[in-house]
Amino acid sequence: MAVTPQTVEELTRAEPRRAGWIGAVLDFIRQRPLGAIGGGIILVMVAVAATAGLLAPYNPLENDYAAMLSAPNRDHWLGTDAHGRDVLTRILYGSRTALMVGLGASLIGAVFGALIGVGSAYFGGRVDLVVQRIMDVFFAFPVIILALAVVAILGTGVGNVILAIATPMVPRCARVVRSSALAVREMPYVDAARAAGFGHRRIILRHMLPNVMAPLLIMATAFLGEAILLESSLSFLGLGVQEPTAAWGLMLRGAAVEFAESAPWMAIFPGLAISLAVFGFNLLGDSLRDALDPRLRTQ
Amino acid sequence: MKRLARLLAIAAGALLAFTVQAQAPRSGGELVFPVPSEPPSYDGHREETFGLIHPFAPFYNTLLRVDPFDKGGTKPAPSLAESWTVSQDGKTYTFKLRQGVKFHDGSEMTSKDVKASYDKIIFPPAGVGSTRKGQYAVVEKVEAPDPATVVFRLKQTSGSFIASLLSPYNFIYKADILAKDMNWYEKNIMGTGPFTFVEHVKGSHVLGKKNPNYWDKGKPYLDGFRAVFMRESAAQVAAIRGERAQIQFRGFTPKDRDNLKAALGDKITVQESPWDCILLVTINHDKKPFDDKRVRRALTLALDRHEGSKALSQIAIVKAVAGVQVPGTPFATPPAELNKLAGYWTDAEKSRAEAKRLLKEAGVADGFSFTFKNRGIPMPYEPLGVWMIDQWRRVGLNVRQEVIEPAGYFGVIRKGDYEVAMDFQCGYIVEPDLDMYKFLSVDRNPANYGRYKDPVLDDLYDKQSRATSVEERKQLIRTFEKRLLEEEAHYLMTLQWNRIVPHSSKVRGWTITPSHYLNNTLDTVWLAQ
Repeated sequence: MAVTPQTVEELTRAEPRRAGWIGAVLDFIRQRPLGAIGGGIILVMVAVAATAGLLAPYNPLENDYAAMLSAPNRDHWLGTDAHGRDVLTRILYGSRTALMVGLGASLIGAVFGALIGVGSAYFGGRVDLVVQRIMDVFFAFPVIILALAVVAILGTGVGNVILAIATPMVPRCARVVRSSALAVREMPYVDAARAAGFGHRRIILRHMLPNVMAPLLIMATAFLGEAILLESSLSFLGLGVQEPTAAWGLMLRGAAVEFAESAPWMAIFPGLAISLAVFGFNLLGDSLRDALDPRLRTQ
Repeated sequence: MKRLARLLAIAAGALLAFTVQAQAPRSGGELVFPVPSEPPSYDGHREETFGLIHPFAPFYNTLLRVDPFDKGGTKPAPSLAESWTVSQDGKTYTFKLRQGVKFHDGSEMTSKDVKASYDKIIFPPAGVGSTRKGQYAVVEKVEAPDPATVVFRLKQTSGSFIASLLSPYNFIYKADILAKDMNWYEKNIMGTGPFTFVEHVKGSHVLGKKNPNYWDKGKPYLDGFRAVFMRESAAQVAAIRGERAQIQFRGFTPKDRDNLKAALGDKITVQESPWDCILLVTINHDKKPFDDKRVRRALTLALDRHEGSKALSQIAIVKAVAGVQVPGTPFATPPAELNKLAGYWTDAEKSRAEAKRLLKEAGVADGFSFTFKNRGIPMPYEPLGVWMIDQWRRVGLNVRQEVIEPAGYFGVIRKGDYEVAMDFQCGYIVEPDLDMYKFLSVDRNPANYGRYKDPVLDDLYDKQSRATSVEERKQLIRTFEKRLLEEEAHYLMTLQWNRIVPHSSKVRGWTITPSHYLNNTLDTVWLAQ
């Protein structure tokens, strides 16, 4: 591809990068302010999840029927639900569930997707053909339908929900990673590794996988927001996390629907928490993609 | 003056005629109703869920039925049996069957079919499920001396025998089919009911159409019905509110009733009744530490039922604090006496302290964890589950809830694959024999999911059943209740239900009863214009 004079000029005019990870973060904030906002939201969410026990004014499982369906007030800043449980407390603890499910699902999906994608590209031929057709079968189902099917088979609960959400992520990661791995496979250092007599496992894990991490990271980050939304959807349908665990989607179902008109705070605040978290992960995911994708970086 | 009187008489007559005409049942239309649960099989003799009765009862008849217009839900009425007599010694019941009743395949229904159906219910062969066979332990044999007569011979007299024949689950099946395959009705439908089966699309709906050859001429009034499976109560309320469905026979919450009434005004008619239903906590006696009665007793002591009643009645379909009988009914323990039982004390702190002491004595550590299995029906299982888990938390127990889909729930519970689980006792008629047989030893009652054997309890049950005076029976029931709920704490009672059915004002010919298992044959139901 021909390099345009403007691109060369831009590249030569680019400011020198700061050294160290702090410098990289500062560069990212300056160059990607929206991504920085997303990162900030996620950092707050992580901090809240880690310190929910200290921040929360009440026990998330404690019913207080004397205060049931209370509107936001001095004692309960975001009101209480139908069992008198503090909505703020349950939102704070709910961030733990959201992160646990989101990170768990993304990690499992990314790891298995990467292994399948790299393996498929590395072996090629019939292996690639068969693996990709299997991936096509998974692609034929919308994400939520696939997750519902997995929950129907495995049952409800946090662990099963993580697996249910990770399942549709695997083929998506595998497809993205495979396309990068196809290019990496042709690199001289992979040929050199083969010539040196290294085994398949070593070539895949040591030489190919590290070189497809950028798209994988982008994919995993973008999927985190989607995973949180999926968890909320499954819990709202009664197929995800179960009561009395604090979970945002769970807070939107049952009495929150029944009392939507007379006690709207039961649905509004967890709804806002879901929106904010998904917004944060999407902003960060987009910015990471812009920052890490070489094609976008040079445009 | 005479002329005026005559005019008034004519006017009154015309008004009466108009009223009669206005109230006369109208034929036609399709009744659409949501059903919150889907049954595991089609066999009424085996199942115990309204998920079977609501969509599938219209395809069948029973020997007797509860009068569909009796709000108390206790008055026996003929169905396939036209009449019956009882012998002087009270041990032989003879039923004369209606003539000309045909199965949906065109074959004649005779006493052979009734005998085969009741033999399956009372004396099921190995491998054939019959959940209520314990209710008929008093029956020695069933005979069919001629095609129009069925005779039940009892081992001893029973005051509740006729009531037990009112079970809406006792569908009359075809003898020839049962002779070939006793389990055929688990997967197939073929009865004598007012509607014939069209289709069941799993997870979606059941369709029934009018049986043109129904024995009760002129009925049913409806052209057909569509039972739509909807798990979420919000979706059910929305269907009624949007006039896409006319009624949900199980019941709604007080809030749903108020919302529907506010939205639809006169288009909604509300029927309410005390409900012969209670959620129970079944404790697996085969699992440690629940084999220890001190632990079971601690579980019941942890529940503050009085606070729960006040709070949960505002958000769920539960209300009264109850023992083994529906509160307010003749054999129910008066509240003052009931409150003396462990778990019913009005001093919640004293109860919890005693619960903690018992747990410590039984060697159950603070923070002990167990899984509570709950049925995936939101109302009232979900709010009661949340309430109980918090109550147990207050005595130092750490409980995780696992919600299981309704269709698979009893499969799990029947296998004993649980520690503590939600169960229910819903009667089709308020009668101690029928309400209390649930708690008999597992070898007498397969629906005892606690899997315990308690000969003392069984003996008390038999004695109350044979008691000749009301007072004696009451005392025996009190003793039974004390042993069941306090001394052995085999089962835990939660709160009695309160039934609220807001339905389209177009739905006529349907009367609420204390049981959501009754009045689902739909033969008397019609739709006004």
